Amino acid sequence: MNFKHKFVFLFPGLFVLIGILIFPIIFTIRLSLSGWNSYTPEMNFIGITNYIRLFTDDPRFWESFFRLSFLSVTTVILQYVIGFALAMMVWREIKFKRFFRVIFLVPMMTTPVIMTVIWRTFFHESLGPVNDLLGGLGVKPILWLSDPVIAKFTVIIVEVWQWTPFMFLLLLAGLLSLPKEPFLAAAIDGASPFRKFVYVTFPLMAPISIGAIIIRLIEASKIMDTVFVLTSGGPGTATETSSFYIYIKGLREFQMGYAATLSFTYLVIMIISLTIIAKVLTKLMIKE
Amino acid sequence: MIKLYTFLKYFFITFWTVFVVAPFLWAVSTSFKDFQSVNSKVTYIPWLDFEPTLEGWRVLIKSPAKGGVDIVEPYFNSIFVTCTASLISIVLGTLAAYALSRFTFKAGFVRNNDITFFFISQRIMPPIVLSIPFFIFLSTIGLLDSLLGLVVVYIVLLMPIAVWIMVDFFNRVPKELDETALIDGCNPYQAFYKVVLPNSIPGLIVAGMFCIIFGWIDFFFAFILTFTEVQLLPVKVVALNSSITPWWSLSASALVSVAPLIIVAFIVERYLSKGNLSGALK
Repeated sequence: MNFKHKFVFLFPGLFVLIGILIFPIIFTIRLSLSGWNSYTPEMNFIGITNYIRLFTDDPRFWESFFRLSFLSVTTVILQYVIGFALAMMVWREIKFKRFFRVIFLVPMMTTPVIMTVIWRTFFHESLGPVNDLLGGLGVKPILWLSDPVIAKFTVIIVEVWQWTPFMFLLLLAGLLSLPKEPFLAAAIDGASPFRKFVYVTFPLMAPISIGAIIIRLIEASKIMDTVFVLTSGGPGTATETSSFYIYIKGLREFQMGYAATLSFTYLVIMIISLTIIAKVLTKLMIKE
Repeated sequence: MIKLYTFLKYFFITFWTVFVVAPFLWAVSTSFKDFQSVNSKVTYIPWLDFEPTLEGWRVLIKSPAKGGVDIVEPYFNSIFVTCTASLISIVLGTLAAYALSRFTFKAGFVRNNDITFFFISQRIMPPIVLSIPFFIFLSTIGLLDSLLGLVVVYIVLLMPIAVWIMVDFFNRVPKELDETALIDGCNPYQAFYKVVLPNSIPGLIVAGMFCIIFGWIDFFFAFILTFTEVQLLPVKVVALNSSITPWWSLSASALVSVAPLIIVAFIVERYLSKGNLSGALK
């Protein structure tokens, strides 16, 4: 085809995106080399002082990063397992199939912060229904939001509720697009449902699974809304994730320069680790 | 064995359905309560456990001066920002996706896949990383606290989604389709507009729905980049979540704000069952 037409198609989108993003990115890098804070709100140059501070004197950032890794990996694994199970269940004919499909999709259509506000009342320790119903069964009130360990699991529950549907949708769309022949062959060989899943369904779904897991990991690494409303990072710093810590440093304490350092470091770590995860997952799952 | 499996299956489906529906039922019930029935003890069923009132719903349309919440204006703001940003993202994203699917690009070590990855990788960017520079950027060009400023920011959020879905979709539309059109005397733009686009409606619908979902549910940018002039729905609702929370109006406004997109769940399901989605999502 003609040579120059292709640029007419590509360039509007590409340049709009670059145009909007170029300033923020350069600005972040420049800001990370400055000591901009509420006392000296100016773009001075202090070299890599901020980076030294981050790597030698800020355990709170690294703690929040490991917490984020724990939360996002756990939620994504749970979402994958549950999402796959749900997709398998409504893949073939069952009663009220379409009704269940709609129900399973609904949470991802709802605004996370708004649902989290509801969850907050839901898990309220004295006025919420969960502790009340459990109390009816004789269980002592559980400190859903104020116990440092349980609060993490509350965040996980809410995240799983919110985003399992996304996993479910990608996996179900994948299941529905699988070719019929391998399943016929397995049926002729008299394979049990379990063997059929292990040897036919799962390998065929591997590429789709990897795509879905990586997309979810990317989105889960940004977990912020839920934490912001549900626990505000608390109790203490028990549910504080990287994004939330950067938010505190930048927009509450106004250490803009340092927050930019955190942002940039965090972004680099994310890009590297997601690339590695993608490679490892591909190796692990495609080989079988 | 098979019986046990069937039992477990229905048990799990029931359990999950209850789990999905529970917060909605709680919100519906709470939205009809008054101060007494929220704060004395936990109540569930109207008339049986407590006397329902419409107060929580009434304050939604009252102006703030009269002690109301007024979510009507934020509602329209949200609709405007989401739709405008989605539309722009879809148009630009579809064009770019078509180019990436049909032509070969080479610039140094950069190939088609790298450009596609560049688009999609923008989703990796955590909102917080962008929000500080955007704050300063928008205040420099005078778009802070305005609808237009939010649209600009949302394009960054949404275009990657449009490109991601449409590249995959165009890869499945047979190349012969545009080649035939070109032989028949169309120029590349006509081939795209008259032949490829009409065959891509399912993909466009899916991409559109995803853009609308991810635009509608965003909270953080709206929270950082707007204050008083312009308020979007999620910010407005979360603002109710102060220390003394009026749970009834909170629940009512939450239900009103999540309601429109639940229709999207039905549309997605329709496409899923008709088999049109499988090609568009993978």
